[in-house]
Amino acid sequence: METMFGIAVDGVAYGMILFIISVGLSVTLGLMRVVNLAHGAFAMVGGYIASYAAQGAGLPYAAALPVAVVLTVLATLPLERLLYRRIYGSANELAQVLLTIGLTFVIVAGINYLFGPTLKRIPLPELLTGTVQIGSKAIPAHRAFVIVAGGLTLLALWWLLERTDFGIRLRAAVDDPAMAAALGIRTERLYLATFALGSGLAALGGVLGAELLPLEPYYAIRYIVLFLAVVAVGGAGSIFGSAAAALALGIVDTAGKYLIPSFGEFFFYAALILILFRWPYGFFKGRTA
Amino acid sequence: MTMAGRTASRTGVAGAHPPPAARRDLGWIGIPLVAVAGLAAFWLLPDDLALLTRIAASALFVLSLDLVLGYGGIATLGQAAMYGTGAYAAGIAAVNWISDPFALLAVGGLAGGLIALVTGALILHAHGLTLLMLTIAVGQIVQEIANKARDWTGGSDGLSGIDPAPVLGLFRFDLYGRTAFLFALAVLVVALMVARRIVRSPFGLACRGVKEDPLRVSALGGSPKSYLVALYAVAGVFAGVAGALTAVTSGIVGLDSAGFPWSAEALVMLVLGGTGRLYGAVIGTAVFMGIHHILASSDPFHWMGFIGLFLIGIVLFLPGGIASGAGRLSALLSALARPGRDGGRA
Repeated sequence: METMFGIAVDGVAYGMILFIISVGLSVTLGLMRVVNLAHGAFAMVGGYIASYAAQGAGLPYAAALPVAVVLTVLATLPLERLLYRRIYGSANELAQVLLTIGLTFVIVAGINYLFGPTLKRIPLPELLTGTVQIGSKAIPAHRAFVIVAGGLTLLALWWLLERTDFGIRLRAAVDDPAMAAALGIRTERLYLATFALGSGLAALGGVLGAELLPLEPYYAIRYIVLFLAVVAVGGAGSIFGSAAAALALGIVDTAGKYLIPSFGEFFFYAALILILFRWPYGFFKGRTA
Repeated sequence: MTMAGRTASRTGVAGAHPPPAARRDLGWIGIPLVAVAGLAAFWLLPDDLALLTRIAASALFVLSLDLVLGYGGIATLGQAAMYGTGAYAAGIAAVNWISDPFALLAVGGLAGGLIALVTGALILHAHGLTLLMLTIAVGQIVQEIANKARDWTGGSDGLSGIDPAPVLGLFRFDLYGRTAFLFALAVLVVALMVARRIVRSPFGLACRGVKEDPLRVSALGGSPKSYLVALYAVAGVFAGVAGALTAVTSGIVGLDSAGFPWSAEALVMLVLGGTGRLYGAVIGTAVFMGIHHILASSDPFHWMGFIGLFLIGIVLFLPGGIASGAGRLSALLSALARPGRDGGRA
């Protein structure tokens, strides 16, 4: 019973981190149809900035987090103008894969050059290092914080996409970019804003998840498969799909590691194949499909 | 919008290819050229034969990816599943039962082809990101099985103790790797000839048809999926032979031979060289691994930064890969020469 509870808490927390990072990828894939393999690198950049802000500049966690998100967005926006804009659209799949792999390599090399190959930590404030009592159970405060943050992100995104002007334009552009442009929606600006949203979410997840997905230069390559898996299972462009997929895969992966640790990632990928075999377009057939 | 985008990209791809006549000429020259270049490297770089052998075996692997991607349009990041299966099958066979190098290649090819046939039939209904993920997942599962089956594969320690018999009973695998390199080069050249036959056969043309327009192929009575599965299996044989070739010439098989990074690297090498031209695979592999050998000896991260910039540059400025550079250059030169010649006449 204790194990089940532990699996549930860790699995949900892990799933929430996967969700926060992957939903950014899902939104950019849904709108711009770009398979951004550098998304993991953006998350890593966010984590490293937070780590530097907390350890090098001495900022508190609560300040390091927004600083990391904002700086990551500012750092990645020029990439949208210079690189990504040329490869939007599903016809450029191969070019997207190569360009973003290339970008990932450059970022990995740059991070290693600046921060070295060792593991970096983001020191947690005292508030997050203890445990939280829920009924008779105690769960680590950091896990609880991550779960709450994931839930808030989900709500905020839902509100942004379903209830705001920006969301209406974005959904229109996803459904039919040419028509949206003809109706006076400035799709280029929309792409820029969505790209910023995507890399901001990546950075947020990178910072929040630094305890679960440790920060080191190969982070960008090691975890991108996880994020892509979530997007493929959830359906590109679907927020609730991403959340469901991230939680399902997070729990499957955690359960596999707890119960049958010797089989490593086997269950994760077996589940992935089974799910994609049954639902080739993901749980929630993405808006693009 | 989507239609316009697709049409534009298709004409873009068609425009990047040299005209059919030019491609036929290049095809005739290519195979002896690879053989001559290989032999020249054999004489010029006698100290780097281990690297050259790896390049030849990897070029065969990248060639298999070119069959899948360049001629079938299947975007995959899991080609190493077939390579790893072939390598392990040949390695296990060599340790336990047989030692003839050609028999080992056959075992590897068979294993690679079988796994490709089975997984291809399961996953090739998908497209785009879903297909990418499925191919990655297949590769990861193969790697995980190899990791678990310690008794057979040696797990994370790798499989060692592969000691193949002399080639044709005459040429022993010597300490300097001379036999290994010439053997690998010969296999690569034969594989290039076979691959050329395949892509120019009616089957190869049908696969290219599926790549260009699956809807039209099915309207003509063909089954796009079965063509793709067959192509995937054929390429799996090539990848399996490549894995077996690596196992035979290097004597060891590691877990990374089935890993995602190796699949991704193969894709990078292929696109560096140029897809859909067969020789692009050889050029890309030689360039990639050659530069890697030079740069990574100082610091692997320098290498990553360099290859990353190189990739971005290729996508932005030379979308057809290095092999298209020659065609583009000659087109540019003739475009430059024509006005000049006209001016001279006037």
